Amino acid sequence: MDARPPMTTANLDSRRAISGARPRPSRWVGFAALVLICTGFMAPIIWMLSTSLKTTESTTEYPPRIIPQEIHPINFINAMHQQNFDFPLFARNTLIIAVLTVIGTTISSALVAYGFAKIKFRGRGLLFGIMLSTMMIPFPVLMVTLFIIFRYLGEYTGIPFNGTFKPLWVPAFFGSAFNIFLLRQFFMTIPDELSEAARIDGCSELGIFFRIIVPLARPALSVVALFAFMGAWNDFMGPLIYLHSPRQYPLSLGLQTFQSQHGGTEWNLLMAASLIVIAPVIILFFLIQRTFIEGIATTGIKG
Amino acid sequence: MANKLQASSGASSRQNIKGYAFISPWILGFIAFLLLPIAMSIYYSFCDFNPLVKSGPLFIGTANFQDLAHDPIFWKALRNTFWYAAIAVPSSLVVSLGLALLLNMRIPGQPVFRTIIFLPSLVPTIASAMLWLWIYNSRYGLLDAMLDRIGITGPGWLTTTEWAMPSLMFMSLWGVGYTVVIFIAGLQDVPRELYESAEIDGASSIRRLWHVTLPLLSPVIFFNLIMAIIGTFQVFATPYAMTQGGPDRATYFYTYYIFDNAFTNNKMGYACALGLIQLVIILALTGIATWSSKRWVHYQGR
Repeated sequence: MDARPPMTTANLDSRRAISGARPRPSRWVGFAALVLICTGFMAPIIWMLSTSLKTTESTTEYPPRIIPQEIHPINFINAMHQQNFDFPLFARNTLIIAVLTVIGTTISSALVAYGFAKIKFRGRGLLFGIMLSTMMIPFPVLMVTLFIIFRYLGEYTGIPFNGTFKPLWVPAFFGSAFNIFLLRQFFMTIPDELSEAARIDGCSELGIFFRIIVPLARPALSVVALFAFMGAWNDFMGPLIYLHSPRQYPLSLGLQTFQSQHGGTEWNLLMAASLIVIAPVIILFFLIQRTFIEGIATTGIKG
Repeated sequence: MANKLQASSGASSRQNIKGYAFISPWILGFIAFLLLPIAMSIYYSFCDFNPLVKSGPLFIGTANFQDLAHDPIFWKALRNTFWYAAIAVPSSLVVSLGLALLLNMRIPGQPVFRTIIFLPSLVPTIASAMLWLWIYNSRYGLLDAMLDRIGITGPGWLTTTEWAMPSLMFMSLWGVGYTVVIFIAGLQDVPRELYESAEIDGASSIRRLWHVTLPLLSPVIFFNLIMAIIGTFQVFATPYAMTQGGPDRATYFYTYYIFDNAFTNNKMGYACALGLIQLVIILALTGIATWSSKRWVHYQGR
């Protein structure tokens, strides 16, 4: 984007004169401020990492050391095999919920968004407006009656809903307003000529959707999938309401139970467990950094 | 032209069927998971409804709302939530805007700084609650250990009624990275020429910020404001895991009270009444924000 000429002072000076770039002193003030602020932002993470490597005794040593005297990486193994923090089980539960949520959200939101973006039907504008306004309704308003609905649903159909993962992923298959909006905006940018040509060739609407729109919209679809995954991974209240048995807990709920049962004594293990829960999200971020940043930027401003 | 005519006459009913077929998942979900719960909420809010009692909901008129008016916990939770919103929302907007301006400067190491600011917003709420529980820990926590070096004894951040709420507000600033990214994207949409002409006119950097950047950024600020207000009314996991709403309900949030009524005390009707009031408050706040935005939000020729 900006091809930079070699950095010489003369160059910088002339560039400033032409383009009006900020004068130098304020840049160094900015740099210094950022170093300070970023140290502050990093401190909690460093503290967590440091604690997670300490022995239990040295977590209560005073004053605390940032670099542990004795490095204890075994904490990470121990944290995973606690009696009430069954990491493999919790991770499995989380993944089941998250994967189903991602599949449901992505497919249903894309289909609905296609309908809103590419097919002219009566009442489209009105329905789209209604859909946008539903984004303002927060979950706590609905959660009480949703719980009751899932209870009745279980009683009438004989298939239990509450106490299973279903209330957590089934609604995902009915589209989510925010993602429908995001995808619809993206589909609008795909020229109609492509789908028209396919239609003349006798391609069905579903065929157009799967063969033309989906491949072109892969970046937007991956943003939706990513956010759906993060949402499911972080969700705490949903599992807390719908799940009854600790054997069904996802990681978020498991971590909280671990803390409340240990009464905040073994901080090293708690920090190790927390880091294990954080790690996949951070790794995901570094793998697909671009998708993350672009996703947030488009959801935040192109509205 | 021929195509258009065809679309508006012969094919239109087929188009309608196709259109509704594609959006049918949303319509079904809208009815089942939104309209129905809201309708039921309205009805149940006039009922005494204990899910453990077999007889089901019992209509009691406006008794729930009358009880609410005299319920000190309801007022406490409402006050706490508004108090949190009044402090945490503006400060997170100011902090993230400031950070976005800093991170938008041409500074060596800019990508590293951006990543560092953004990463904490990825930390799952519960993990972040665990971490800050430990940071705020009296005596052994990071904060008290650091303050001790300069001769200050921490007040018991999460265990005193005065400090528990400010402590939650402060830690929420750690997660502003998400908003910062949105602001940076907004800043990059500001045309460069505007800065240049402002500079040629001799505008100082503060005046450029005030007269160029902020007006052009106002739609983004507005979007974030609304999201933050709605978000405040959903705060739950952090106080639930860190303070259990205490001490003495100092961090007891509105959603927490809905949760407790519905799932701890089995007062579903009462919880629905609370939920309904929450809905009205959010709609009203969003309405006020939208109305006032006409005065200060500047849309760039759209």
